[in-house]
Amino acid sequence: MPTPVDPESRSPTRPGPGFRSRLAGRHNQNLWQAAFVTPFFCGLAVFVYIPIVWSAVLSLFEARNTITPTKFVGFANYGRLLNDEAFRSSVGTFIVFALFIVPLTFVCSLGLALLLNGMPRFQAFFRSAFFLPAACSYVVAAMVWRFTFFSGARFGMINSVLSGFGSQPVHWLGGENSWYWVALVTLRLWLQTGFYMILFIAGLNRIPASTYEAAALDGATGWRLTRYITIPQLKATSAAVTMLLVINAFQAFDEFYNLLGSIGSYPSHARPPLVFLYLISLGGSQLDLGVGSAGTMIVTAIIVVFGLVQNWVNHRSGAEERS
Amino acid sequence: MKRFPVWRYVLATALALVFLLPFYMIVRNAFSTDAGFTSPHFHWAGDLFTDPSQPWYANLASVFTNQSVNLAGSLLNSVVVSVLQTLGTVVVSMLAAYGLARYDGRASRILLGLTLFTLMVPAAVTFIPTYIMTARLQWIDSYQGLVVPPMFSALATYLFRSHFLGFPHELEEAARLDGANPWQVFWRIVFPNSGGIIAAVGTITFMGSWNAFLWPMLVARDNTRTLQVSLSRFMTSQGVEYPELFTGAMISLIPVLIVFVVLQRWLVQGMELSGMSS
Repeated sequence: MPTPVDPESRSPTRPGPGFRSRLAGRHNQNLWQAAFVTPFFCGLAVFVYIPIVWSAVLSLFEARNTITPTKFVGFANYGRLLNDEAFRSSVGTFIVFALFIVPLTFVCSLGLALLLNGMPRFQAFFRSAFFLPAACSYVVAAMVWRFTFFSGARFGMINSVLSGFGSQPVHWLGGENSWYWVALVTLRLWLQTGFYMILFIAGLNRIPASTYEAAALDGATGWRLTRYITIPQLKATSAAVTMLLVINAFQAFDEFYNLLGSIGSYPSHARPPLVFLYLISLGGSQLDLGVGSAGTMIVTAIIVVFGLVQNWVNHRSGAEERS
Repeated sequence: MKRFPVWRYVLATALALVFLLPFYMIVRNAFSTDAGFTSPHFHWAGDLFTDPSQPWYANLASVFTNQSVNLAGSLLNSVVVSVLQTLGTVVVSMLAAYGLARYDGRASRILLGLTLFTLMVPAAVTFIPTYIMTARLQWIDSYQGLVVPPMFSALATYLFRSHFLGFPHELEEAARLDGANPWQVFWRIVFPNSGGIIAAVGTITFMGSWNAFLWPMLVARDNTRTLQVSLSRFMTSQGVEYPELFTGAMISLIPVLIVFVVLQRWLVQGMELSGMSS
């Protein structure tokens, strides 16, 4: 990566300096930069880029129970996946999950931020209380949801409340009904709402007080102030929150695995993309790394395309605001 | 100024109780007997406190001696992995970010592009390729396998770079005139004056590492299982002993809650930075 920083070194009237000093740059700039960035980019190459390329190669081969490609099969692995009912239903699972969790988290975290906005006392206490679940792991949260709140037995907390109304215990997580969605969605909602609330509070604090004062002079109060001043000013924060929510929902693994799985097995329903990939390549009985790699490529492509579209929409709406 | 309406305090208090309820349930279950836990009559207090036949710390004592959980070993693994990963991420990302922020040129732009691309592709999505690499290095069931692959955080590098772009050049130039080379300038001037951003990146890295599940589950075997993996195995196995399980969960929460409470200011700052940088 030799970068000619010194414009004189390219001047035709002088003899060019030797390759070595050009490589080093003025004041050995390039060498110093290399010294700073090498550890990180070597790591990135070894644990991100080379694996992705290796995986792209592997996705064109048959590779069962092995990480070395055995037989070239072209795009057959991709074809198998795209025609696989289970893979398509994993994308469907993600869509259902995202349709619940994205708007719910958005509304709840914005609501909490607005509730605390301008609170003269105890604001820090309430903020910590709502934010505290972000410190909990999905594993531990799944434990509480699975064995206390949504336990299918009589001693489950919700079931014992329901039995007070004369209801039979509900088998929440068994899969014979769709109630497991309630557990999945409320768990993630509880765990992540506080984090997004923090982002919204930061956004609220960036709105200049003069904007409010101007609107108040025009006679706006209460809800109208919120509706016409606060919420439009949060546009950038809202866009960032929505994108993070979708990307994080796409990566859902921990709570699905720990709420619904039991040692060595996972039910055939409610398999989001990462759970599907895990079961087909590493966790199940198949150990099919060729198909798993093809799946990685598809899933990565989906998320990159989503990121680019989101970026493009942001830039466009940003450009509109400026014009 | 209008008075702040009371109903908002009432609502906030009610919601705070709901948000804190799961934590209370963990503690309540950790101080219950097996019979108390499975009693069909729901009760709020852990019955170890009311049952005189057993000491209140009965589960604390038994969970540490239960061989099938190996709680003490897992706790040690979690501490080693989280601390090493936090140190590694902070040092490596900080150096790279300084190199990217202070030296301009085509190389910098290309490297920044490579960093931003991995910011877009979350590590969780590429777990299969990274697992293949880790297996080739024969790092399965080792600390380096748990720590090193997730250590190279594009997010941390990006956050440090934003910080360095706003760091005053004058300080560095003064040191340079005194004859210090860039390496010395970095460690004597830049590093000691970056405490805030180090604390912010450090706390989010530590919490992410402590609570990580998918990667440790893939890499760890009998020797290196972290707390989250051990708890998950314990809870999905046959014949779970609920009170012991929740005692393990309670213990796993203590370090991360201490970090949360003590470093909350930096944590909030780090999360704001990371949320906004997307």
